[in-house]
Amino acid sequence: METKLVSYYSDSYSEHAALLSGQSVLWLQALRHAALETFAATGFPTLREEEWKYTNVTAIEKHRFKPVANSEAINAELLKTYLLDDMWNLVFVDGKFSAEHSQLDGLNNEVEFHNLAYVLATQPEKLEPYLAQAVSNDEHNFVAFNTAWFNDGLFLNIPAHQVLTKPIQILHLTVSPDCLATSRNIFVAGKNSEAQIIETFVGENAYLNTVVNEVFLAENANLTIHKLQSESKQAYHFGGTYVKQQPHARFQHHNFSFGALLARTDLHVDLETAAECSLNGLYLGVKRQHIDTHTRINHNKPHGISREFYKGILDNRARGVFQGRIVVAKDAQQTDSDMHNRNLLLSANAEVDTKPQLEIYADDVKCAHGVTVGQLEEKSIFYLQSRGINIATARNILTFAFANEMVEMVSIPTLKKLLATKLLNLLPV
Amino acid sequence: MLSIKDLTVNVGDKQILKGLNLEVKAGEVHAIMGPNGAGKSTLSHVLSGKAGYTITGGSIIYAGKELTELEPEMRAREGVFLAFQYPIEIPGVSNIYLLKAALNSIRKHKGQAEIDAMDFLIWVKEKIRLLDMDEKFLYRAVNEGFSGGEKKRNEILQMAVMEPKLCILDETDSGLDIDALKIVAHGVNSLRSENRAFVMITHYQRLLDYIKPDFVHVLADGKIVKSGTEELALELEEKGYNWLNEQAAV
Ligand SMILES: Nc1ncnc2c1ncn2[C@@H]1O[C@H](COP(=O)(O)OP(=O)(O)O)[C@@H](O)[C@H]1O
Ligand SMILES: [Mg+2]
Repeated sequence: METKLVSYYSDSYSEHAALLSGQSVLWLQALRHAALETFAATGFPTLREEEWKYTNVTAIEKHRFKPVANSEAINAELLKTYLLDDMWNLVFVDGKFSAEHSQLDGLNNEVEFHNLAYVLATQPEKLEPYLAQAVSNDEHNFVAFNTAWFNDGLFLNIPAHQVLTKPIQILHLTVSPDCLATSRNIFVAGKNSEAQIIETFVGENAYLNTVVNEVFLAENANLTIHKLQSESKQAYHFGGTYVKQQPHARFQHHNFSFGALLARTDLHVDLETAAECSLNGLYLGVKRQHIDTHTRINHNKPHGISREFYKGILDNRARGVFQGRIVVAKDAQQTDSDMHNRNLLLSANAEVDTKPQLEIYADDVKCAHGVTVGQLEEKSIFYLQSRGINIATARNILTFAFANEMVEMVSIPTLKKLLATKLLNLLPV
Repeated sequence: MLSIKDLTVNVGDKQILKGLNLEVKAGEVHAIMGPNGAGKSTLSHVLSGKAGYTITGGSIIYAGKELTELEPEMRAREGVFLAFQYPIEIPGVSNIYLLKAALNSIRKHKGQAEIDAMDFLIWVKEKIRLLDMDEKFLYRAVNEGFSGGEKKRNEILQMAVMEPKLCILDETDSGLDIDALKIVAHGVNSLRSENRAFVMITHYQRLLDYIKPDFVHVLADGKIVKSGTEELALELEEKGYNWLNEQAAV
């Protein structure tokens, strides 16, 4: 009897598995094995799944992406653009840590940071309390896929009371054609600690990049993560960040999605008592780009605060998807939650599917939400024209201003400048 | 400078301006008064080139050219300025950015180089003092969160920076208290010159105590129905617009 393949990526797994890190770590092998089984049963998510009904990923099966043993040479110009001053830079090339390109001088000795492959080879037990603890393989099959395939990533462990004086940038550079880059990152912020992380994704050629970040914030920790997704315009990007916040912890996320042919971000936050999160984002799609953002905030305990503000700009035939789900548990009284999503469509063929979803099981809560989809306002364009500015420039100024509001929320000057420059390059002339 | 002849304008099927005539020469100040809905803002919008109005007849000659053939930004560069009755808020765009872009668009049009950043700052600060505005307004988003009076002053600031030839002020005095009115009037008066003309649309005679007009016109039902001098404004204030209707009925 003929057996139909569910996915090339489960069928070819055994060919590549020997290359993946942690071969001798039994608990990890068991975890990978279970993940592969989960993935192999149904393959990548399909439009039939509620959380994936606007995002068709079947194109991935048309490619034969695979892990790359020896990377192509790095485009020095590209690297230079993104290696920002005034921060520590950890560079991953095609999913693997590159000590050569990283800059870590002066990073506090007490801060534990190693690439995952190294930790798995030396002290794998350090990862056991965290790996697959912030998200399970059942979440969706990209998570299972990532668990089966990940090869490297960053393990960052900030001890209690430590304050990092500079941001840490994790620069994921994918350069080899048809590369399958799969990275798993674990960020642990101890009690009362403070840190800022930037994860940046850039590359050339067609490739598949899947990322899972598991983030643990101890009591009263304060962590900011910036994501700059500026992948190659032929690439597929699936990045999930799963955050567990202990009481009074604060988490800020700034999500800039500019690149890739098809990109999806999943962002989940679990809030314990009086924990606070703020999720800001900007997605910008041109040509035929498809950019999907799914966020979920779980208010599990009382007095939590969540603020979410996403903007989207879609031009040409680009399509945006935004789903913001907020779940307030029965126990989570006095929750204060606010979510807004504003979209600007610059062309009649651009499209956005936006859906805020509130599930409130507590009775004493403050929850506000709003969604807008619109075009640039004629009266604003005319106002600028009446001041001598030509219509094309007027449209650009207004579009930039709409987008730049999100950039202004970033507090790291070098990153802010990079983002503004990128915006100016991306917006229609 | 400006010659409007038998101008008729529609919004959709509705005729708003019904054969309007107006002659404005360089150096003159004209006041236009008239009841609500008479078509005053329509006139100001048509002069500045706002979309949504159909010109069904007549002509508008400005500096020897048919104005209606120019795009709004070209009119602005050629020296037509409208101080809006309801200035628009532009979040995310700073006042100083807009002022500089506006000035440079005019300079470019005249074949001049872009203004040096330092020179511009000196230039704009001089203007901002003229209007007794705080310098911090330069760095705020255009009109965002401004009070009614601050918005009106900001319009005059833009006018002062752009140095237009034909200044159209659409109810710039509405919503201003007497102190703000004096400041705005001072700003306008300091811009008066023999090669610049003003068309001031207003509801209140009191503005004319501070900015002396050469001519006063009454616009009612889409036409200039009466023209005169300052005394006409006083008469209107005293007798009300109904007086015009009565006259028309005679
Ligand atoms: N966009 C529009 N659509 C329909 N009617 C309009 C529009 N703009 C103006 N009008 C009408 O034209 C008339 C004149 O309006 P306007 O020029 O604003 O008057 P004024 O400034 O003298 O108060 C009013 O009856 C108004 O309702
Ligand atoms: Mg009006």
